[in-house]
Amino acid sequence: MEETKFTPQTWPDKAEQATLEGKNKFVGIWIFICSDITLFASVFATYLSLKDKGPAGMEFSAASLFELPLAFVMTMLLLTSSLTSVYAMYHLKNHNFKGVQIWMSITVLLGLGFLALEIYEFYHYVHIGFGYTQSAFSSAFFTLVGTHGLHVVIGLVWIVCLIVRNAKRGLNLYNAPKYYAASIFWHFIDVIWVFIFTVVYLMGVLG
Amino acid sequence: MSSAAVTNNKGFGATLWDYLTTVDHKKLGVMYLFAGTLFFAIAGFEALLMRLQLMIPNNDFVSAGTFNELLTMHGTTMLFLAATPLLFGFMNAVVPLQIGARDVAFPFLNSLGFWLFFLGAIFLHLSFFLGGAPDAGWTNYASLALYSPGHGIDFYVLGLQISGAGTLISGINFIVTIITMRAPGMTFMRMPLFTWTTLITSALITFAFPPLTVGLFLMLVDRMFDANFFDHTMGGNTIIWEHLFWIFGHPEVYILVLPAFGLFSEIIPVFARKRLFGYSSMVFATILIGFLGFMVWAHHMFTTGLGATANAIFAVATMAIAVPTGMKVFNWIMTIWGGSVKVTVPMLYALGFIPSFVAGGVTGVMQAAAPLDYQLHDSYFIVAHFHYVIVGGIVTAIFGSMHFYWPIMFNRALSEKLGVWTFWIFFIGFHCTFFIQHFLGLMGMPRRVFTYQADQGWDLFNFISSIGAILMAIGVVLLVINIIITAKSKPLNCRDYWGDGRSLEWAIKTPVPFYNFKQTPLVRGYDPYWLEKHDGNKEGMIYAEPLGDIHMPNNSILPLVMSIGMFVAAFGALYHPDGKAWAIPVLILGLAITVGAMIVRSVKDDLGFHVHVEEIVATEEHLYGNGGNK
Amino acid sequence: MGHDTQFQAKSKKQYEYDRHHNAVHMRKQVVNFAIMIFLTFLAFAVVVADFSAYFIKPVILLLAGVQVVLQLYSFMHMDDKKASHMGVISTFVWFGAVIAFTMFLTFLTIIWW
Repeated sequence: MEETKFTPQTWPDKAEQATLEGKNKFVGIWIFICSDITLFASVFATYLSLKDKGPAGMEFSAASLFELPLAFVMTMLLLTSSLTSVYAMYHLKNHNFKGVQIWMSITVLLGLGFLALEIYEFYHYVHIGFGYTQSAFSSAFFTLVGTHGLHVVIGLVWIVCLIVRNAKRGLNLYNAPKYYAASIFWHFIDVIWVFIFTVVYLMGVLG
Repeated sequence: MSSAAVTNNKGFGATLWDYLTTVDHKKLGVMYLFAGTLFFAIAGFEALLMRLQLMIPNNDFVSAGTFNELLTMHGTTMLFLAATPLLFGFMNAVVPLQIGARDVAFPFLNSLGFWLFFLGAIFLHLSFFLGGAPDAGWTNYASLALYSPGHGIDFYVLGLQISGAGTLISGINFIVTIITMRAPGMTFMRMPLFTWTTLITSALITFAFPPLTVGLFLMLVDRMFDANFFDHTMGGNTIIWEHLFWIFGHPEVYILVLPAFGLFSEIIPVFARKRLFGYSSMVFATILIGFLGFMVWAHHMFTTGLGATANAIFAVATMAIAVPTGMKVFNWIMTIWGGSVKVTVPMLYALGFIPSFVAGGVTGVMQAAAPLDYQLHDSYFIVAHFHYVIVGGIVTAIFGSMHFYWPIMFNRALSEKLGVWTFWIFFIGFHCTFFIQHFLGLMGMPRRVFTYQADQGWDLFNFISSIGAILMAIGVVLLVINIIITAKSKPLNCRDYWGDGRSLEWAIKTPVPFYNFKQTPLVRGYDPYWLEKHDGNKEGMIYAEPLGDIHMPNNSILPLVMSIGMFVAAFGALYHPDGKAWAIPVLILGLAITVGAMIVRSVKDDLGFHVHVEEIVATEEHLYGNGGNK
Repeated sequence: MGHDTQFQAKSKKQYEYDRHHNAVHMRKQVVNFAIMIFLTFLAFAVVVADFSAYFIKPVILLLAGVQVVLQLYSFMHMDDKKASHMGVISTFVWFGAVIAFTMFLTFLTIIWW
């Protein structure tokens, strides 16, 4: 079944859910995302209760630390990468494998851009003395944003693996659910980022 | 694999390899069951040592430090490494059969979940030999745990992190299995209650384990990498640990007790020979308990000073849980009421369960009243309460279901006679141990103390309690003897061992072939097997498809390799703070093994294999003689 | 497992209809993306414009909420009623959201020293 060669005419609707394995992967990634919701809720809640808390006389605070332009650029990169992965899924629907690979690659590039800026940001904070062990606030901040960053890394590795391993195989019912699950995961990373830029950066600047 | 199922007599090496690589839910169920029994025995032995220490005042049987280690490991092991896997064992063995599936949704992940759990558990228990076990209680409160010397707490954090990941994976797997792989006609409102409770339990696992993961991670970086989450001098706050732990910890109680409810909801209708009373209200109550279970965690923290408003809200929410639980109890009683009851060993456990569990539930409502909880907090009353719930609810369910499902899991039946003895000795021992502890608590005896002064009125009660513990131990030994004797007994090769089976798992002849149903069954209503039996269908089920090739997943050693990688990495992380030069290389090596195995897994196509019709017919004839499963 | 369904080639009409339908759907996604970008701009703008914090905080939280719902229902296709078991999935997602909200509430109110 999985080895069948498809043409755009024979490619079924909702190809990612056409087989039982596909359905399982589709439901599975969603349930995994549900568990990730409470994972992020925990680190988020910890951050909220430890925001601006530190040893007596700590000089760093969210209001003085965060810079909006950087956060804005990062947000735009990640949002756009969400759209590009939607494009990839559009081509998956039309059984246009080249389109899938190209748009997924663009997604990876945008994600790498985001990651580079995040690494720069962390490096900058550590450089001015706001290291991981500096205070409860710094530990909580790096853990929250770092957990998101780790998800970005995992998402990137996942998508790159998919692009590489399927380059010669083409699109079939075995790997369509894999692409789809990766794209759902990537959108979820974006959902979390919406909360991070709102709650950590925007509301942080407000003090 | 397909031909291996036909040839039965394999060498030891081949059998071992088969179990190390298996992705079959039935074999994994057996593995969960034995691993769980092993850790149950270890933790029970720890409990026995504690009771021996407390038998007489001013005892010096074990030291104070050892006692702390024993109580920590007893609680941790019983909850994470004994009760959870034992229940997972039944879920694995029974749920796919109940819904008419070939296997679980992700057989590979099922195996990975088991090995992560098992190696995490082994890692935790190595602490006894490598410089001392964790000693801050199973709740591991940060204000104690941060300052505990040695590596005990590190073993706790890393061991639970690994085994917790395994549990989370299995939970997600069961949800997907139950959602997508039900046989045609098996609608949600026709699912057996055990499948329902497995679904809700898995949902609770999905939502509750990540907060534990985060809590353990924060503890890990605080202890090993100088982070400041719980250190108040650096702005941290130890209450965060308590919240994260109980956001996990309270649902964990329901994670354990809901499958127990489900198992009894299977046992009682079979032996009352009556349809389960109030099926839809049972389902509704299960969902409601699952929902409310997430909204009540702070009742474990009434005395931390949350304030009157918060205490009141959580107290009311806690009391509300008594409503759906009460519904369930009444439904069980109404099922038995007027039934033609057959008192077998599983039914004995069910009959013993109802009053014991109600007692534990009622003391729970007492503690939900926040002002009273200030009195009861950290006393033996609490110990008595949760043992009534856990032993009276969960352990009886596990023992009863062992008798109930042994024919399906092993194609052999546990001895009824020995089972009755086990039940009475264990049951009397249990009440003897814990009933009296309510009064010890009310008299002011605090929990987690390693000894006490004589002549405070506690001496006799503690002595009685310890005698009860010895009785419980004898009961467990009898059960193990029963299991060993049964292993030598003759195979049953029958369908519906109890004669009154109702759900699909009884419709299949034992031993269950590796592909379960040769044709996917068609479900025509609730209690499908009962329905077919009453319609005079000798085969016990009707089929949704003609006999055809069956697609099955391949075995794989990779789950074990991935888990070993995590196990190795944990040693690196553990010894990193000691400044050992090899720590970081070992950590990297372990993670490399895991990631490498993941890459191998994702690069290789794993399409499974097909069992052809001729092979199915051959297997069936080999197992059941001429004519196969008829 | 078991017996996979056989797939048939679509008729030419059906194929063209589906292609067109997919293209229309994609255009909608681009519009949604534009809305998201706009909402993000708005959120950053109200902060930079330096209004009262009592005004800004609810507004940007609301904007974040709208944006997340857009992501979930359009980009992640939770609006797709025909996707398998979407009802169960959205129940799970929203239950997760309720738990997350409870956690934020408690961590902001009853952890204070």
